[in-house]
Amino acid sequence: MSLPDAESTLTELVERMRGAVAFDARFVGIYSGGAWLAERLAAAIPGDHPVGYIDASFYRDDYARKGLKPEIKATQLPFEIEGASIVLVDDVLYTGRSVRAAINELFDYGRPARIELAVLVDRGGRELPIEATYVGARLVVASDLSIVLAREADGSLSLRAEGAEGPRHA
Amino acid sequence: MRNPQLNANGELTHLLTLEGLPADVIRHILDTAKPFTSIAERDVKKVPLLRGRSVFNLFFENSTRTRTTFEIAAKRLSADVINLNIGASSTTKGETLLDTVDNLVAMNADMFIVRHAQSGAPHLIASHLNRTGRGHVHVVNAGDGRHAHPTQGLLDLFTIRHYKQAFPGLTVAIVGDILHSRVARSLIHGLTTMGTTEVRAVGPQTLLPTAMSSLGVRVCHDMREGIGGCDVVVMLRLQNERMKGALLPSAGEYFKHYGLTPAKLALAKPDAIVMHPGPMNRGVEIDSAVADGDHAVILPQVTFGIAVRMAVMSIVAGN
Repeated sequence: MSLPDAESTLTELVERMRGAVAFDARFVGIYSGGAWLAERLAAAIPGDHPVGYIDASFYRDDYARKGLKPEIKATQLPFEIEGASIVLVDDVLYTGRSVRAAINELFDYGRPARIELAVLVDRGGRELPIEATYVGARLVVASDLSIVLAREADGSLSLRAEGAEGPRHA
Repeated sequence: MRNPQLNANGELTHLLTLEGLPADVIRHILDTAKPFTSIAERDVKKVPLLRGRSVFNLFFENSTRTRTTFEIAAKRLSADVINLNIGASSTTKGETLLDTVDNLVAMNADMFIVRHAQSGAPHLIASHLNRTGRGHVHVVNAGDGRHAHPTQGLLDLFTIRHYKQAFPGLTVAIVGDILHSRVARSLIHGLTTMGTTEVRAVGPQTLLPTAMSSLGVRVCHDMREGIGGCDVVVMLRLQNERMKGALLPSAGEYFKHYGLTPAKLALAKPDAIVMHPGPMNRGVEIDSAVADGDHAVILPQVTFGIAVRMAVMSIVAGN
């Protein structure tokens, strides 16, 4: 299958968000792909957008089945959540379960005025009533493939499809 | 026989000892503890990982401090915590240890935190649960006899890694009553597994086990030699009852030779850290000027201990 170019998809996402997000919105990236995107979006979109990072492993609903994954990152939200305008950023929106976990974690820091969701790719397949506010591209992907965002040494982003049998470059 | 603390996939299901625990399992615990440290700084000091699970604090030996840190850790994971002061109940009525355990499992316990004066008691409970098809009920050793105190060992490792980044290249001196110390035993196993360059056991001959060097440890009877050039100095608590057994002449005599004073600490590296598992005996094993000084990381150890216990509980309960 062919995947869109991540950099041009990001440019489209920036265009959709420009003028639509609050001037003082805080961008919170979900590790790891969403964290890279949050930094890029905060730099590209006019306004004052501090960046935070979230790893919602402690809020996931598959803990009882899968346990804890290795290398959990520390959530870092270096600003007030109470009353803030938050844009949650993730690379791929699929079942919606990661977003649910991230929203739950945000509320343990305070009551935000608003949470929006920006994703580079929406691949459908939702298992929860969650939709993105801003989408870079919509894709139809076979359910046995996972779409991951990769970052090169020069900082450029690319999308890859990985199957059960290992990575497939698209 | 398989290591009873690991399942068939090599994952940690009980934590009984650091002896024989692979380095990648220890690293996973330390890595997982790191994000737990920031939970204490939030408005809501809780995550929902163990919501609905029941953690039983099974303390056959008194320890307010260790029990409290386990209780805080379990509550920050949203577990229900039940504290049992066993010494004052069932055993005095003649019930065996495993009968007590079976009764609590019948009350749908999900995890036991076990402190016992007898070495091997947590191991016995874990093996009993594994053998009877109830390996999904987890056991964490909170100190058994002179054998092991693995969560203390892990929080010591976490503290050392926090301040010194990596274990290779480090010289760590453990000073005091190593013979009777499960804390020292667990820390020595953890330090050697993690590739610490040199571990020294420092103390009088009467308080050092004879087979010390077989653990890969350098034995020093002289304090100046023992802490010279060290990166980390771990002081152990001197228990008062040691004086009665003629192992030591007096507390004053002990302090003169092995008490950590600013003058002795000056022999360690300039950026050395000083640790103590608590509770401290000021003026016996440690001088107040050191305990309250810039090198001491004794209170951070306590804070890290909660994050480390959260990591251990959430890893075993997830496997």
